[in-house]
Amino acid sequence: MTQKLIIIGAGMAAGRALENLFEAAPDAYDVTLFNAEPRGTYNRIMLSPVLSGDKAFEDIITHPAEWYEEHGVACRFGQKVANIDRAAKTVTSDNGDVLAYDKLIIATGSNPFIIPLPGHDLDGVIAYRDLEDTNAMIALGDKPDAKAVVIGGGLLGLEAAAGLALRGVDVTVVHIMGHLMERQLDEAAGYLLRKALVDKGITVKCSANSKEILGENGKVKALLLDDGTELPCDLLVMAVGIRPSVALASEAGLATGRGIHVDDQMVTSDENILSLGECVEHNGDIFGLVAPIFDQAKVIAKTLAGEEAAFSNKEVATKLKVTGCDLFSAGDFADAERREDIVFRDPARGVYKRLVIEDNRIVGAVMYGDTADGNWFFGLIKDREDISEMRDTLIFGPAYQGGSPLDPMAAVAALPDDTEICGCNGISKAQIIAAINDGAHTLDAVKSISKAGSSCGSCVGLVGDLLGFTLGDEFKMPEKEVVCKCTDLSHDDVRKLIVAKELKSIPQAMQELDWKTTCGCHVCRPALNYYMVCAWPGAYEDDGKSRFINERVHANIQKDGTYSVVPRMLGGITTPNELRAIADAADKFDVPTVKVTGGQRIDLLGVKKDDLPAIWYDLGKAGMMSGQAYAKGLRTVKTCVGSDHCRFGTQDSTGLGIQIEDAMWGAWSPHKFKLAVSGCPRNCAEATCKDLGIICVDSGYQILVGGAAGLDLRETDLLVQVATEEEAIEVSCAFYQLYREGAQYLHRPYKWIAKVGLDWVKEQVVDDLENRKALAERFHYSQKFYQIDPWAERAKQGVDAHEFAPIADFTKVAAE
Amino acid sequence: MSDFIDIGSINDIPLRGARVVRTHHGDIAVFRTATGNVYALDEYLPGKAGPLSNGIQHDEKVTDPMYNWVFDLATGEAQGADEGKVGTYAIKCEDNRILISAAAVKPSVAAE
Repeated sequence: MTQKLIIIGAGMAAGRALENLFEAAPDAYDVTLFNAEPRGTYNRIMLSPVLSGDKAFEDIITHPAEWYEEHGVACRFGQKVANIDRAAKTVTSDNGDVLAYDKLIIATGSNPFIIPLPGHDLDGVIAYRDLEDTNAMIALGDKPDAKAVVIGGGLLGLEAAAGLALRGVDVTVVHIMGHLMERQLDEAAGYLLRKALVDKGITVKCSANSKEILGENGKVKALLLDDGTELPCDLLVMAVGIRPSVALASEAGLATGRGIHVDDQMVTSDENILSLGECVEHNGDIFGLVAPIFDQAKVIAKTLAGEEAAFSNKEVATKLKVTGCDLFSAGDFADAERREDIVFRDPARGVYKRLVIEDNRIVGAVMYGDTADGNWFFGLIKDREDISEMRDTLIFGPAYQGGSPLDPMAAVAALPDDTEICGCNGISKAQIIAAINDGAHTLDAVKSISKAGSSCGSCVGLVGDLLGFTLGDEFKMPEKEVVCKCTDLSHDDVRKLIVAKELKSIPQAMQELDWKTTCGCHVCRPALNYYMVCAWPGAYEDDGKSRFINERVHANIQKDGTYSVVPRMLGGITTPNELRAIADAADKFDVPTVKVTGGQRIDLLGVKKDDLPAIWYDLGKAGMMSGQAYAKGLRTVKTCVGSDHCRFGTQDSTGLGIQIEDAMWGAWSPHKFKLAVSGCPRNCAEATCKDLGIICVDSGYQILVGGAAGLDLRETDLLVQVATEEEAIEVSCAFYQLYREGAQYLHRPYKWIAKVGLDWVKEQVVDDLENRKALAERFHYSQKFYQIDPWAERAKQGVDAHEFAPIADFTKVAAE
Repeated sequence: MSDFIDIGSINDIPLRGARVVRTHHGDIAVFRTATGNVYALDEYLPGKAGPLSNGIQHDEKVTDPMYNWVFDLATGEAQGADEGKVGTYAIKCEDNRILISAAAVKPSVAAE
């Protein structure tokens, strides 16, 4: 006898289940098919090509009207099921029809998740789920100067954005996480994807929190972000995820969790009701990919046909294509103990591959740009194959097993020919290669023939790479000191390549410079951050998370976890009012120790981290700002009283010190930078052991550089004597800028001068007046962006508030 | 009683940031890594390392700001040549909320 089967939902799962059922038991059931959408089954995955215009909707219909007719399916399209009466074994349609069933399949799929932001119900706010949504996006493309915002940088959101961009819409993607598709990709691959999308004209905003959807006359007008940015739009697409659609099932009293609970036979807690697809939960898993859902369709058909079958969820690799960008991810690629990475980057081709190895087995793989070997790696993951034998060449894929690893000089090889390698002498990559081809086969020969590397010497690492790359095995590379284990490049190499290749973010530098780790370490991140701060003032967004704690919270951490607070006092000059404010603050915040520092400042030691913004607020009210006593940057200018008070004083040393500190405060540098100005050669300000010291004499100002009074003790050398204060300030700023641009991170000036030579420094800032001026100008330009009091920002504007307060305090809760 | 306690929104901790949870038996550092994972570890390894919430994060590790010890955020184990381990606590994210093991933050015995 024929039984009655009702299916609720005609998505891809239901379509496949019906096909399988008609194969297994062609005449066993009379089928009635409900679908809330006014149409039958189509390939939902192919909506993106419809959006982009590559396909018409007709092309993606998998089950046309004739198919249903041929198999005797009674179609109720555009009708919803209002409720299920399990006792009577009937369903009620939203038009009031009551239909009896012997077996019922719930295939309601999933609902797009709509963030309940204010304004989410405005006209023009849509999800990306069905043909109606797709048509709304297509219609927008016909409107001139149309703008759209897509919330969600996952696969669906990016497909929507790419489709809209192809239709000429100005699109911005807003993503809450730090990089795109964070579930499938790591930071490096996310960076490459972002770059590809930006190249296609899509604006991408990561780490962006949506606050409110703004409307006008009931229609969407703009998206407002937490940081106050307003993104105007005519259409807002929310693609932030899906939720299994379980309402109907749970109202009917079926067991549900995140999804409708089913057993291995796809039967729910009611033996006559089955379920499959995105609405089910099986052994705690829910489903979004096609492959396991089609497996479920096979099982459900067999169960209905009375055959034995059991569903088991297998690991699935995701191979995705977002608008022409090849992506692949499989397995688990989170970092964990005992896990190691094998990373391959080809900056020139935009390729990134990463394998995660645990106990000689691959447990995860992420690939971008070249995914040809993805399935091979996926096979190795699934079969848990021991890869120790082929580990050295594993990342090159199956074709290269037994081959040799790639050229480590890829970064240099990829530079354009006209890239300037030696900045001092203006020598390009092509000129150096020409010199090598003319017979200069050693570093010294290249130096004497092309002059490259003969001045400050900071480019010899790159010149060495060019020798190796041009001559191959003939050239034996001298050992170079690399930044850290994450790279084969030296500090000088990295600095030069950041400028030459215009690398403007840390993930970009790591990709383009072939970093061996996914996101660096505590050694390279702060160095890269400084190099960016120095190279791109105003354009680079400082990454506080790549800074040591002192620079992140603008105070010095002490061994007990408290902090010290040192306000700035230009030239070491203070006032009774400032002193009163300091005393009041010390009382108010129970500061245990107040100390005068070696740099002529006052140090409040033992301040609790939570109190920092409040104490800064009080000091700020009295006109004081951060003394940056924690910075790899400008610290203090120490002065003596000079001609104002001292009978030996030759010049106004205090006034000059104040002017220099006023020009230099706030600047970041490779290491701390301390100055002093003494009013006569008796040198009461101890200028001869500073990074830069000035000694005033009757005829002018002696400028001394490269002193040290720390681990090393070193007297300064005379850089130049100048006649006027203006010249003294200009030379000081030019010297500081030369050091800022050239020295490796954590080298004080004396170490840097030992490397480049005092004569070279003199050439740059003493002899070449034009260059001196240009250096000083670059310094002043940079200062426009960095002379901002970080204490005021934190005390008054709430910048980085999360750094200063616990997220939760359970000690207070219990005390109440 | 539920096993987990809500301590805030994921937006309260920026990516690669960390915050402290104060408890009667010491501070717990809560980390949110670049990949969006959250971890809870003791803020201090007494006499050796900490406050860890002030360290620099890289991958799923943190470098101690005082002596540059590197700790695995998942296991609390010191990496490399250093030997030591800080306590770890169950923590999870659900619907953009951060939930920490109730046992980790429960009041001291006297309060019970």
